[in-house]
Amino acid sequence: MSGFQYESPGSVDEAVRLLAGAKGNARVLAGGTDLLVQLRSGAANPDMLVDIKRISELRQISGNAASGFVIGAAVSGAEIGEHKELAKAWPGLVEGMELIGSTQIQGRATPGGNLCNASPAGDCTPGLVAAGAIAVIAGPNGRREIPAEQVPVSPGKTSLAKGEFVVAFKLPPRAKNSGDAYLRMIPRTEMDIAIVGAGVNLTLDASGVCVAARVSLGAVAPTVLLVDAAARALIGSKLDDAALAKLEAAASAAAKPISDKRGTIEYRTKVAGVLARRAAVIARDRARSNA
Amino acid sequence: MSKFHITTTVNGEAVEYLCDPKQTLLDVLRDELNLTGSKEGCSSGDCGACSVTLDGRLVCSCLVLGVEMQGRSVETIENMAQGEKLHPLQQKFLEAAALQCGFCTPGFLVAAKALLEKNPNPTESEARYWLAGNLCRCTGYDKIIRAVLETAADMRGSK
Amino acid sequence: MAGYEDKSFKWIGTRPVRPDGVDKVTGRANYGADMKLPGQLTGRILRSPHAHAKILSIDTSKAEKLPGVKAVITGKDFPEMHNGVLPGDEGVNFHYLSCNIMARNKVLYDGHAVAAVAAASAAIAEEALALIEVKYEVLPHVIDVDLALKPGAPLLHDDIFTTGVTPKPEKPSNTVQRIQMQLGDPDAAFKDADVVVERSFKTKAVHQGYIEPHAVVAEWSEDGQCRIWCSSQGHFMVRTLTARLLQMEVAQVRVIPAEIGGGFGGKTIIFIEPTAVLLARKAKRPVRIVMSRDEVFRGTGPAPGTSIDVKIGAKKDGMLVAATGEFRYQAGAFPGSPVGAACMAAFGPYALSHVRVVGYEAVTNRPLCYSYRAPGAPLSSFAVESVMDEIAQKLNLDPMDLRIKNGSKEGTQMVYGPKLKAVGNLECLKAIQNHPINKIPLGPNQGRGLAAGFWFNLGGQSSAVVNIAEDGTANIMTGSPDIGGSRASMALMAAEVLGIDYSKVRPIVGDTSAVGFCEITHGSRVTFATGMAIIQAAEDVVLQCRQRVAKMWEVDVEAVKWEDGHARPAGANAGDQKPLSLAQIAAKAARTGGPLVGSAAINAGGPGPAFGVHICDVEVDPETGHVTVLRYVAAQDAGKAIHPSYVEGQIQGGVAQGVGWALNEEYIYGEDGRLQNSGFLDYRIPVASDLPMIDAIILEVPNPGHPFGVRGVGEVPIVPPLGAIANAVARATGARMTDLPLTPPKIRAAIDAKK
Ligand SMILES: Cc1cc2nc3c(=O)[nH]c(=O)nc-3n(C[C@H](O)[C@H](O)[C@H](O)COP(=O)(O)OP(=O)(O)OC[C@H]3O[C@@H](n4cnc5c(N)ncnc54)[C@H](O)[C@@H]3O)c2cc1C
Ligand code: FES
Ligand code: FES
Repeated sequence: MSGFQYESPGSVDEAVRLLAGAKGNARVLAGGTDLLVQLRSGAANPDMLVDIKRISELRQISGNAASGFVIGAAVSGAEIGEHKELAKAWPGLVEGMELIGSTQIQGRATPGGNLCNASPAGDCTPGLVAAGAIAVIAGPNGRREIPAEQVPVSPGKTSLAKGEFVVAFKLPPRAKNSGDAYLRMIPRTEMDIAIVGAGVNLTLDASGVCVAARVSLGAVAPTVLLVDAAARALIGSKLDDAALAKLEAAASAAAKPISDKRGTIEYRTKVAGVLARRAAVIARDRARSNA
Repeated sequence: MSKFHITTTVNGEAVEYLCDPKQTLLDVLRDELNLTGSKEGCSSGDCGACSVTLDGRLVCSCLVLGVEMQGRSVETIENMAQGEKLHPLQQKFLEAAALQCGFCTPGFLVAAKALLEKNPNPTESEARYWLAGNLCRCTGYDKIIRAVLETAADMRGSK
Repeated sequence: MAGYEDKSFKWIGTRPVRPDGVDKVTGRANYGADMKLPGQLTGRILRSPHAHAKILSIDTSKAEKLPGVKAVITGKDFPEMHNGVLPGDEGVNFHYLSCNIMARNKVLYDGHAVAAVAAASAAIAEEALALIEVKYEVLPHVIDVDLALKPGAPLLHDDIFTTGVTPKPEKPSNTVQRIQMQLGDPDAAFKDADVVVERSFKTKAVHQGYIEPHAVVAEWSEDGQCRIWCSSQGHFMVRTLTARLLQMEVAQVRVIPAEIGGGFGGKTIIFIEPTAVLLARKAKRPVRIVMSRDEVFRGTGPAPGTSIDVKIGAKKDGMLVAATGEFRYQAGAFPGSPVGAACMAAFGPYALSHVRVVGYEAVTNRPLCYSYRAPGAPLSSFAVESVMDEIAQKLNLDPMDLRIKNGSKEGTQMVYGPKLKAVGNLECLKAIQNHPINKIPLGPNQGRGLAAGFWFNLGGQSSAVVNIAEDGTANIMTGSPDIGGSRASMALMAAEVLGIDYSKVRPIVGDTSAVGFCEITHGSRVTFATGMAIIQAAEDVVLQCRQRVAKMWEVDVEAVKWEDGHARPAGANAGDQKPLSLAQIAAKAARTGGPLVGSAAINAGGPGPAFGVHICDVEVDPETGHVTVLRYVAAQDAGKAIHPSYVEGQIQGGVAQGVGWALNEEYIYGEDGRLQNSGFLDYRIPVASDLPMIDAIILEVPNPGHPFGVRGVGEVPIVPPLGAIANAVARATGARMTDLPLTPPKIRAAIDAKK
């Protein structure tokens, strides 16, 4: 019948053991804001749920801006939003996480869930990708680390092997004169899935020239995209209008969206450029005030 | 599939129940514990009618499994009035006609209480965004938002 | 019944706390899904995944064998209904109604019910549904109304022959009816126009979006009686229709109303009640069915999608000379679109000597089309108001001046027959004209939109009882569900007539075996018609009191007047008796003739149409097409506002729904005819952060047909917002869009197309 086994291990090792040893289909349960909806609709039919919220390592934010933050995969959006230092160093990443759902959803939703649900429209993922976050993965063969953008491979699918799950995200040390931003387009003001999302993370030198940049786009391809061409449009410039126009064109060119109930190809392509440009302006202004 | 035996705290009292793994906290509250004040409008986290606080955090009880509740603590609308005294938000909702059909009301009250505990002086915009996960189809939100802001002012004044 | 016009009111127009309020803020109030009977089973419905298909077979044997399953039913378990319209049935086609509740040979939409189970738990019921094997032969489907009207479109029914056309068609089609109404000779009159604007519009189906899903508990007893607990907009409606569909006597069915979590017209018909009764009967246990949100979207009664042409001609000075409209409305899978009302209401705010409205209705492969607040009118009004706005732009006239110049008023001949009595259209227009919003300068990408709206309102049958207790307090009872504060209004009216304190009146909604018949809560009729019944029942008590006091004082009843809750001598001739309060009279009731019970059963006429005028400011992001509603003001004629807070609430709620309709709400179907957005995540009703405060202005032009001057207020507020928002967006962007909803992708495309 349609039940399943439920486990709530207290350690990473125990969780790995359960996931690796499970007969049939075992799923990680974090905040459940994607998974429970899928259970309800019949889209998910697990034989076992492994609830990772009682593992303390997954529920912590450690480190600092200078050395690099480590964010537990099962920290809730509300907790991330309340972390003042993190929000100061990585406002764009935090904004993206906080855009997810409502206050109620924020009480549960996690960055690990957002990434591993592998929706191209996830709002936290572009911020993680732009930040250059590294996903720390635990599995039967120990731990490995990969860039966050390599976790999702197609809608609903990840590169994680059986028994593996994401433990934490490592953010790089935050350089001076850096800023990030995430913007999404939704028809309402809240409670919608992004039609397009864009994350920009950049660093300026003392003269205001962009020396590093990462640009990510959501909901315009099967996975969140890291757009090198868009970053190249910024690097070496003072982020003036000409550079921003190049960025906009590069972002639109990189978008390979579909038409669906939420938006058309034409619309998504144009708006990807618009949001990338606007996010770059916010990131630039943040970097300038972040000396 | 056998049922799970859970011991938890509901509205300050220790409670035990048996539940299927698929039952949500909302199902447990309504069907096992007969606490029907939390409403089910969608069962997918979209409407907020099922709002409760879980270990002090505002959540949708339809997106929490009953089996997750071991050793946790939940507060529902049934515990909002203290004895015969309504919570100031409840009183204000009545006076300001902030409900029509009343189906969304328990969820709004639980969510608004969580807001005022975190932010005793919200702006209109902050209140609207905090409550964006609570759908109301009857009121157009106007009287609800006014009631929340007025209660906040009253409560600040009386402190 | 007259005599209240020049009276000042003590209770009417005040804003007390509603009598049912405490239960609703504490979670104690019981809605449809909160009822639980001993031994109750969970009922679940299996629904079609196809938009249109023949049912070849249904095999329920595996489901029946599953442990814990207590009953399984299909269309075969329902009595066959014949089209015959019985006295009192008011045109209800019971065959269609029955087939909508449980499909027979064909499924006609994604979500159409095909079977149901009752089981010991929800999990078992779900599993049982999965074990029911239905073999379908999928047929071509049609959802768009224009396509459905075309000859050769996939045919839903073979017994629909278009009415209203000559010669009578020999072949069946999807076109249910053609209707036409006309004043003067518009075709000739257009020749006198200096400017003519003609536009075509399209809109998508939308849902009422009440937050409470439909829910019912049914119990069957061995003597053939059944009891039903459910939330609906009319438990007498539930009783009549359920009894008829199950071939029971009406009095054998008792329907007990639960609190209702919103309806907006969508709960004025039944979807699951007979199913629950049949399951309970077969299982010999009570059965509860609660719809999921997905089922609510797929299997209830959303409002129609439409296709509309409107043409209006005017003189240079803005005087309208002629107008025509053709309104093509979706019905759902069965006849029942509101196209008639749409035609009648379309040009309601304007005085026109030459006007023609034509309506078509077509059945389509989508759920039953049912009432949604002022059914049909928001759509026809959207088209008319858009064209009016363009006329104003073309003639370089202020859109308000154009509307005032042509506004309908007392004496205006309506296209559907009557001449208007006293109405508040011009008053609403002027209230908006004088509102400070007009002085606020608009920034770049901002636009201001104006629209007027009209709705008929209904009267109809209602009953009420007023019971006076021995201490002079009152219990009052009606059979109209309280969908948004009507208990408070009833208590206010009773307190006013009886002259006692509002807090001494306790109102309840009685079940079908406890109180006399009341029609459904629709057509903005409850405060008007059921309120009139309460007034008359209270007046009945007052008369009895006067009669009893007259006996005590040994005078004629005319010598005793009722004032301020007391019987008093009417004049010097009546002697100088001390006034007697209602409590004092009630205390003596046993000795003066027994309990004081007033009652009234009426069929109320003269509901008095309502007008509303709205103005709003929006800002459009030209790069994303996102619309922000900055300000919204709505003025409405309420006749007399019994409880002004709830009148404002009706206006604000209607506006919010209308804004959602204009901007983001739509049924989205895939190529396969399946609904793609059957949840609140992608069926986007407005959330709190989407809206500004909504300034609701109540005007009071008394309705001559009601003792206190009341008009219905619940529906007209949803009529103008579609036009107001569309006009504001058109002015903000310089691009006029004719397809609703105005989603960001459509707006961006319209802006790009303009370049
Ligand atoms: C009403 C509502 C609104 C929403 N709005 C938004 C929105 O605006 N933007 C948005 O992006 N999303 C939105 N979502 C989706 C969802 O909230 C987010 O994707 C959220 O981040 C998921 O996190 P979670 O912890 O709840 O994931 P879960 O549901 O617990 O898990 C999601 C998936 O990831 C897997 N998983 C979880 N954690 C891990 C891990 N550490 N390692 C490996 N696998 C893991 C699970 O097995 C599952 O497959 C919304 C959902 C709801 C119900
Ligand atoms: S029922 Fe939980 S959010 Fe709607
Ligand atoms: S009052 Fe009815 S949904 Fe809010």
